[in-house]
Amino acid sequence: MGIFSKFVSKLKGQSTADPLDWQELESELLGADLGPTLTSQIIQSAKLIKGDDALASLTQILNSHLSTKARELANNEAVTAVMVVGVNGTGKTTSVAKLAAHLKSSGNSVVLAAADTFRAAAVDQLQTWGNRIGVEVISGKDGAEPASVAFDAATRVKDLQTDYLLIDTAGRLHNKNDLMAELEKVKRVVEKSLAVSEVLLVIDATTGQNGIAQAKIFTEAVKVTGLIVTKLDGTARGGVALAIESALDIPIKFIGTGESDRDFAEFEPKAYLSGLISD
Amino acid sequence: MFDSLSSKLTGAFASLRSRGKITSSDIDSTCSEIRAALLESDVALSVVEPFIETIRTKSLAALPTLQSGTNQAQAIFEIVNTELVEILGGAARRIRFAKNPPTVIMLAGLQGAGKTTLAGKLAKFYADQGNTPLLVASDLQRPNAVNQLQVVGESVGVPVFAPEPGNGVGNPVKVAEQSLAYAKTKLYNMVIVDTAGRLGVDAELMQQAIDIRTAIKPDEILFVVDAMIGQDAVKTAKAFEDGVGFDGVVLTKLDGDARGGAALSIAKLTGKPIMFSSNGEKLSDFDIFYPERMASRILGMGDVATLAEQAKKAFDGDASAKLEEKFARGDDFTLEDFLEQLEAMSKMGSMSKLLGMLPGAGAMKKQIENFDESEIVRTKSIVQSMTPLERQDPKVLNGSRRARIALGAGRKVQDVNTLVDKFTAAQKMMRQMRKGGGMPPAMAQGMGIPAGMGGQQFGGQKGLPPAKKKSKSGNPAKRAAEERG
Repeated sequence: MGIFSKFVSKLKGQSTADPLDWQELESELLGADLGPTLTSQIIQSAKLIKGDDALASLTQILNSHLSTKARELANNEAVTAVMVVGVNGTGKTTSVAKLAAHLKSSGNSVVLAAADTFRAAAVDQLQTWGNRIGVEVISGKDGAEPASVAFDAATRVKDLQTDYLLIDTAGRLHNKNDLMAELEKVKRVVEKSLAVSEVLLVIDATTGQNGIAQAKIFTEAVKVTGLIVTKLDGTARGGVALAIESALDIPIKFIGTGESDRDFAEFEPKAYLSGLISD
Repeated sequence: MFDSLSSKLTGAFASLRSRGKITSSDIDSTCSEIRAALLESDVALSVVEPFIETIRTKSLAALPTLQSGTNQAQAIFEIVNTELVEILGGAARRIRFAKNPPTVIMLAGLQGAGKTTLAGKLAKFYADQGNTPLLVASDLQRPNAVNQLQVVGESVGVPVFAPEPGNGVGNPVKVAEQSLAYAKTKLYNMVIVDTAGRLGVDAELMQQAIDIRTAIKPDEILFVVDAMIGQDAVKTAKAFEDGVGFDGVVLTKLDGDARGGAALSIAKLTGKPIMFSSNGEKLSDFDIFYPERMASRILGMGDVATLAEQAKKAFDGDASAKLEEKFARGDDFTLEDFLEQLEAMSKMGSMSKLLGMLPGAGAMKKQIENFDESEIVRTKSIVQSMTPLERQDPKVLNGSRRARIALGAGRKVQDVNTLVDKFTAAQKMMRQMRKGGGMPPAMAQGMGIPAGMGGQQFGGQKGLPPAKKKSKSGNPAKRAAEERG
């Protein structure tokens, strides 16, 4: 059920909606985790809509809140280094594997760096994925310094002439300064060998408004260039990702929709918005 | 915009407090501030609306009965606090132990909620109380979840039952079933079953969870939920309640800055108690959930009770008794004692987390977050580079000894000098106030420790709240009364 479908049909042929309908729209938007700020912005603009072209106008309003930055993954002449970051349990390791499979299927060579040396068995988890999708995984010893693992990997892929290096990092809560400093260090150290062209922040679709704080602080630390929204196969609609796009101008680049490595796609704003509005 | 619920609410009440007399329109505007704050914190709309209505009605009803001159803001604050505590569950409940062991606990939840880590924490929590838990690896789905549980089990010293390698191989229902028989023959009195993460809407995986439940008939099914979850909390909780069902809730990742929202929604809408909270990456960062404490945390009143309890755990009884005895005898406070205290403090967890529990901590949030945790490590390293003689009697510290210590600790000689100077000054003060009085703030701060932290053992009259408050009430009026009494 799209957020707006009921609303649009009520709006048809009228110049304004009932106060009750506005309340309904508000609760739909809030329920999708768009958050109070973006919700009130949307409603304010929506109140100016005249009845006849409600659908087109609503699409227009939502569109205006999306980021205008490129959604394709950067593609350098040399190796494109991509760091994948996020808070604990959002699905970073799985997303790294899925992204690798995605890039590989379009003919790129990919190497993974297991720089999550903190969580128990995270390296093994990435290794298992690597075997499954057939890409090399570079790892250090358990508990090794993450920056050194990432640096080794960066140096290695430069010789190998790989197209992409995907760096998996340990989950960390954004309010832990020391861990954020560690992440900055990983990026800094990798950049001694290779420019990091993309830093992708993994946002769990079930996350609420805290996602905005996550995006803001991760951006301050390592300059996030795009989002991967995971677990969209559940009931959560991941509206906080839209709130992030709107507030911080960081584009959603990929979405994860399941446990298999194929459950992964480039984010298509048009399809997403029309899904919100019309089904 | 990114403020936590507690600082938002603190703001709402601060503006209320500054009024002389509160009118009904003040209440309306406060209510809408509270509403926005709760929504920003991901409390479900269906919980927020009735909550705000109750607050409004009760506040309006209370308004005329308040004498002018009494603190009206305080009265409204109390109404909100009482309501919060009521929703959060009233009374905390413990795990129900089975009459015939083993007590079987099953964990369920979404992917990434933190079930595997929590399994380890739960096992440690109960093992520390003298139980003999067995961890069971029934998450055969996620790559290397079995491995992860084994590593976690090893680090908390709890055996792990893992007959299947996982990664899609093996039947989780069978593993769970076999674990019970194994636990009975090996006399484990508690079995903690880790299961795969699953979505509420995934009928197949939900059925698998139901099959595990049917096979092992758990005494408690705990629904593990990430404190950062948004509005979906309600749907997910409902789906699990209607699917596998659950008896209690565990909130994880409470050490993040998203606190409160999900707890309120889930408690209100399922009526199930929140039993535990997990708040850090260390396997000891785990506690029973206290609704009153959570309410006062949400209201920005700090969490003194938790702090006091952690202090009690960390400063073990023997050591403090020894120190008190020493003091009574008139012996000097030495660097050796100081080192012991530093060690006890590091046992309590990160300093920023401890400071965050203090009332009013919201106001100095930035400083707390930037507290340099390694300052304690550095101070410790200097003391540890001293010989026993030097620790007993810092007077022997001449230039060459200081140079050696600096080299050993990897610090500069100036750092050693600073520490020794401050310690000598502190020792002097300590002699003056031997009987009564906590660690004077000047000394504590000088050593890179928040004032009052050392006050615990010295009957700290002047210490900060952790030392002096025994109150567990989240209710400000009650607490004030307790303090007066």
